[in-house]
Amino acid sequence: MPEIKNKDTKKSLSTIVTDLTRPLKNHYGLTPWMFFLLSVMGVGIASYIYQLQNGLAVTSMRDYVSWGLYISSFIFFIATALVGMLISAVLGLIGIKWITPIARIAEMIALGFVMWAGLIIIFDMGRPDRILNIFLHGRLQSPIVWDLTVVTTYVAISMLLYLLPLIPDMPFLKRVMSDQPKWKQTIYKLLSFGFVGRPEQYKLIKKLTRILAILIIPVALAIHTVTSWLFAMTPRIGWDSTIFGPYYVTGAFVAGGAAVVIAMFAFSVDFRLKKYITEYHFDKMGKLLVLLMLVYLYFNINEFMVPGYKMKAGEDHHILTLFTGAYAKMFWWVQLGGLIIPIILLLFKRMRKPIPSLIIAIAIIIGAFFKRFIITIPTLMHPHLPIQNVPAEFHTYWPSGVEWAVTMMAVSGAILIITILAKLFPVMPIWEIAHEEGISNEEINEFIENGDINDEEKTS
Amino acid sequence: MNEKNENQKKKEFKISRRDFLKKGLMAGVGVALTGSGIVSAFDAFAQGGEKIKVLGPDGNVMSVDKSHLKEIGLKTEEEMQESGREGIDGKRFVMVIDLSKCRNARKCMSACQHAHQLKPEQHHINVLRMDRAGDTSPFFMPKPCQHCENPSCTKVCPVDATFKRKDGIVLIDNERCIGCRFCIAACPYSARIFNWADPKDKEKYEDVEYNIELNVPQKKGTVSKCVFSANRLREGKLPYCASACPNGVYWFGDANEDAVTNGTTKETVSFSNLLKNNAAYTLLPELGTKPSVYYLPEKDRLFPFEYKGQSDMEDNSHSV
Repeated sequence: MPEIKNKDTKKSLSTIVTDLTRPLKNHYGLTPWMFFLLSVMGVGIASYIYQLQNGLAVTSMRDYVSWGLYISSFIFFIATALVGMLISAVLGLIGIKWITPIARIAEMIALGFVMWAGLIIIFDMGRPDRILNIFLHGRLQSPIVWDLTVVTTYVAISMLLYLLPLIPDMPFLKRVMSDQPKWKQTIYKLLSFGFVGRPEQYKLIKKLTRILAILIIPVALAIHTVTSWLFAMTPRIGWDSTIFGPYYVTGAFVAGGAAVVIAMFAFSVDFRLKKYITEYHFDKMGKLLVLLMLVYLYFNINEFMVPGYKMKAGEDHHILTLFTGAYAKMFWWVQLGGLIIPIILLLFKRMRKPIPSLIIAIAIIIGAFFKRFIITIPTLMHPHLPIQNVPAEFHTYWPSGVEWAVTMMAVSGAILIITILAKLFPVMPIWEIAHEEGISNEEINEFIENGDINDEEKTS
Repeated sequence: MNEKNENQKKKEFKISRRDFLKKGLMAGVGVALTGSGIVSAFDAFAQGGEKIKVLGPDGNVMSVDKSHLKEIGLKTEEEMQESGREGIDGKRFVMVIDLSKCRNARKCMSACQHAHQLKPEQHHINVLRMDRAGDTSPFFMPKPCQHCENPSCTKVCPVDATFKRKDGIVLIDNERCIGCRFCIAACPYSARIFNWADPKDKEKYEDVEYNIELNVPQKKGTVSKCVFSANRLREGKLPYCASACPNGVYWFGDANEDAVTNGTTKETVSFSNLLKNNAAYTLLPELGTKPSVYYLPEKDRLFPFEYKGQSDMEDNSHSV
């Protein structure tokens, strides 16, 4: 079987620099895109202010289903953010080369989503004005305090892991972006931290990146394990499970992997980077996704087959709601549309090409979101004791307009962060791509000193 | 006897001193000072004739002379918090609910809602219609907070807003609660409610100081729950629900004393014998929460199960 090859043509340093910095100058289509994101966020902000004024009564949550779309989205965001660790840390550390052009994209997704995950928790709070109580009266025994600790740590390490490999790109940017506004140049200057391309500086960056990559693995595992414990530490049917930690972690890799495929497609088309994010990379990501989904499927079988076989009183009702009841459509979408069918399809080489990959990744990510929804809501809807003597709305849950608006603000906010980062800094490490093309540090320094940069002509 | 008297005086002194300190008149009073003369001298400081608003036993706002409040030793919100968080020494409060007596009068529910500023859909205690297997008759089951010995709810609270006192009562401090609702998610008995919007009669309670043992005034964006009427227990009274029941369903008392009193008949019996002789059980014992609320089986009922004109659970198991 012929392998899809990575290298077709050799790229010169000048081509690499031009290709990767072009999106930082050419802002065609940026204005409507930003306008779109900001108006979605505007609606979300207005809705949140409305919620602050009138209390959480404006959501559909009530005494029984007391966690809803916000908490589901929170887990979804945390899950998506986990991919930064998988791609740049795990795969990077074991020396997998094809991740070079997508590692930074994964980091951007991680940063954008984890920051907004923290905010969603605040949106869900009944008294956000008392947030400082967590520091004043914090109880170390509460999983929420653990979550807060690991989420902030993950934000910090992710940010460093994004910024550190950015440093060697700064000399390129300082040179290429000299025609750009002053504030951008100041940023580039500040973030270069005095980097001038000496070999020991490269060595130091590589070493520090490696240390951070090692550090982020336990933190990233902790962040999603602790998130799963928000549920697993309670004696509720459907949550009272000992495999929730690894179950969530593997599920997170699937969601994040799909998000990376979508972002890869968007950047390769919109930023005209098809030479860098090639079919080879989609092929590799497709294979990786199959592996991740198989592991996740295995956990799903364990999580549902074991109680489903026993049908213990209490659990039976929950299982039946998922298998055949009110949440059956979502459940089977998750299992079939989000796992089994994508696994089968991605086994075929043709399906790992960019466009089929994109469609499959979208199906997976919708499944991943549904999954978070049916983790949270059906359990709350089936407490141990019956729900009685309350209004009819207490028996059901479907998110209200306010909840959707605030959640969409979070999604737009995460995409906004990714957009801003992609418009300020190259989405791939120029220096690492150059190194992979066999360009030496001396050549790079020479290029930065007096290299020839001709836009457009050379690239096409 | 003499020693006991001394201790009591010390206690009184402690309460008075707090007030004394607050007035800024402290001038090097020795710690060992005891004796009735000094206590009454401190009492004199508090006789200002100043009126303040308090919540009456039935939840109504009343105006009382400040010096009267002193006798209980609860004056400021801070002091109520302090004693409220600590609990009552030497007690372990328990409730026994006799299911064979409950006829769904719902006087417990309304007394509770009245005392705790709750809306009609908010239940600290909820009378549920239960059905065991289908071949036995359905029955009514009042369900307050179970005040577990191993509570799932207090464990998960990130800010110590809900906690267990030494007398076994699980309280919620709605001045500290951040509204994350983790405790609601954790409670297997669905005993907790949330103030999704402004509480009932918000304006009426605006100036009332928060009494943690009564959990009033309720606050928007915070969790609320059954508190075993901790404020009434301090006065030696039975909880609102137990006192309101016309059918003798509730027994309430102190397990350390091994005595429980019936809320309707006021009869006092041995707690352990009551459990032993009636095959008492707790709800969801398999979860290991160890509730302080015990149930006596729904045996020998001389009245039919009837709810909204129906004698079975067919259509009303999930209706309002």
